[in-house]
Amino acid sequence: MKTLFFNIKGLLTAAVVFASFSLVSCGGGGNPSGTDSTASGGSDEALIGAGSSFDNPLFSKQFSQYSQTNGLKVNYQSVGSGAGISQLTAKTVDFGASDAPMNGKQDSGLTAPAIHIPVTEGAVVLSYNLSEVKDTLKLSPDVLAGIFLGKITKWNDPKIAAINKGVKLPATAILIAHRSDGSGTTNIFTTYLSKVSPDWSTIVGKGSAVNWPAGLGSKGNEGVAGLIKQTPGAIGYIELAYAIQNSMPYAKMQNKAGNFITPSIASVTAAANIQIPPDSKVSLTNTDAADGYPISSFSWVIIYKEQKYNDRSLDRATKLLKLLSWMIHDGQQYSAALNYAPLSPAAVSAGDAILKSATYDGKPILQ
Amino acid sequence: MDTSVENGALTRSDIPLRVIHSTPEGMARIKRRVKRSFRQIRTENVFRRTLTIMGLVMIILVLGILLTLIIQSLPSIKALGLKYLWGKVWDPVQDIYGAWPFLLGTLLSSFLALLISIPFSLAVAIFLGEYYPKGWLPDFLKNAVELIAAVPSVIYGFWGLAVLVPIVRTLETHLGVEPVGVGIFSSSLILAIMIIPYAASLGRSMIQMVPSPLKEAAYGLGATRWEVIRSVILPYTKSGLFAGILLSLGRALGETMAVTMVIGNTSLIPKNIFAPGNTMASVIANEFTEADKPVYLSALIELGLVLFLVTVVINLIGKKIIDRFTNE
Repeated sequence: MKTLFFNIKGLLTAAVVFASFSLVSCGGGGNPSGTDSTASGGSDEALIGAGSSFDNPLFSKQFSQYSQTNGLKVNYQSVGSGAGISQLTAKTVDFGASDAPMNGKQDSGLTAPAIHIPVTEGAVVLSYNLSEVKDTLKLSPDVLAGIFLGKITKWNDPKIAAINKGVKLPATAILIAHRSDGSGTTNIFTTYLSKVSPDWSTIVGKGSAVNWPAGLGSKGNEGVAGLIKQTPGAIGYIELAYAIQNSMPYAKMQNKAGNFITPSIASVTAAANIQIPPDSKVSLTNTDAADGYPISSFSWVIIYKEQKYNDRSLDRATKLLKLLSWMIHDGQQYSAALNYAPLSPAAVSAGDAILKSATYDGKPILQ
Repeated sequence: MDTSVENGALTRSDIPLRVIHSTPEGMARIKRRVKRSFRQIRTENVFRRTLTIMGLVMIILVLGILLTLIIQSLPSIKALGLKYLWGKVWDPVQDIYGAWPFLLGTLLSSFLALLISIPFSLAVAIFLGEYYPKGWLPDFLKNAVELIAAVPSVIYGFWGLAVLVPIVRTLETHLGVEPVGVGIFSSSLILAIMIIPYAASLGRSMIQMVPSPLKEAAYGLGATRWEVIRSVILPYTKSGLFAGILLSLGRALGETMAVTMVIGNTSLIPKNIFAPGNTMASVIANEFTEADKPVYLSALIELGLVLFLVTVVINLIGKKIIDRFTNE
């Protein structure tokens, strides 16, 4: 009897303690979260970054290499470009990473100007499921827009046949596969289509998620790739790196100069060999470069131009800038093995100039 | 202890103090008893208070979630108004948000799943509750059904995409509709499998709780087994069976991962049950991470609010129906 009694008492005490805890945490819910893990500490702890999931494999490799030589730990959260920008806006990270430059609305949310540094290049390829077609399919901007607008519905459409002479195209229906989740890949693809097709620009527009006039959505590169592999007659857009790693077939795209370009690391790097504006916020889609693949894009790291905010130390700011400088120079050697396109010389020199513009308390950090 | 616990609170005057043996040894015993009684009272009261606090925490949580959803969706409510509910276009580029295609997709896929699952869950409930309550095969079946509820939904989604979708595609080719495979029908099939255990488990325990005198009386009057099930068991358990079905509907409405993998994720309004569509839960899951504009984010949260309200309304209607069943 007695032991039972004490057991009950012990249990009750535990319950009361638990209940009071949950009440306390309930009452504390009003406090803005994130104050505990901000980058404002200015301590010697790891740098914190967040953003693009596209960049994540490359960043993991680069950061682990960098920490081996320089002892600096970088904690990168692969949460998506949009979320990375929000975290930078909230000043909870040292840097954000995004597949698209910040748009006007995101810019206006910032309390201080931010700078974009191009860190790598990616491309979006058109993969398809046509078992009868042995040659590599060729696509022109006009045909591509027609397909994704739902105007070209059969593979043996005269418009497709006209650019694929000698290829026997089946009479099957075209099934369009697109991303259902908001993504930088969609942003690059729709930005390209908006540039090359006035119809697309007015009907659909560009963004990380758009109102697709036709087709099926699936989550992630793997979801779209799954739909393409499963459905005969399917076409969809995926990242170049994913297509190479999974040996998916992908089409040659006609670029601005009229050449049909096979997407590859070399042709994506070539796409960035153009005049790059001082802020580097340029879309490489529909590039002027004659040998460049037209659906290419930079991926950017975004930081505040003035690094003295929230009690950040000069030491922390210098470490960040040195890391970024290493990433666009020595760090590029890890790109190709992971199927990322290395930065073009023009992009590296633009990145150097931008990094030098970063200041701490009004004075430049990198000499 | 013959204490009266009227409102649950015990007071000092409730303790029976019987002073019979006024010997020192008797007094000591009484003192010990009084001390123990006080402790018991204190324990009782602490226990009661804990229960009250726990209950209140649940209420605060639900209200807190509702409040958060409302506050966060205010920008979108202000910008779009009531049109949001029946708007047919979801265009993040031009900031036009209409929840109608997703509302329709959610209701269509959930109720279709419910229709498909009811015969199975009823059959399992009757089989396990009435025909074979004991034995290794029923035990195995019971565990298998409960396991269905324990499998993570992403596995259903994966299985659906790899196995079910090609089968549905073949079916669609024979039916003459556009053979895409993924769509409302595929997701309803997946959902139906996922929700069977809820109605089946509850139904089984309800059927087992039917008093045997009732059944024996019916058998005594010459009723066959089928007649006993139809005229005794089902009428007796209908509110419980309905509650189980309601529970499974709630599960179907909120299911996200498995559905988003097989529904096709298009914002177009589904033309038939084989067409691809989208549900509110899967739109939120898909687009939340990259919602880069305040109104867009707010519109997604409002979608959560609508889903919350739809679930509440359906539950309230269900409660009303259960009440009517029980009062008859």
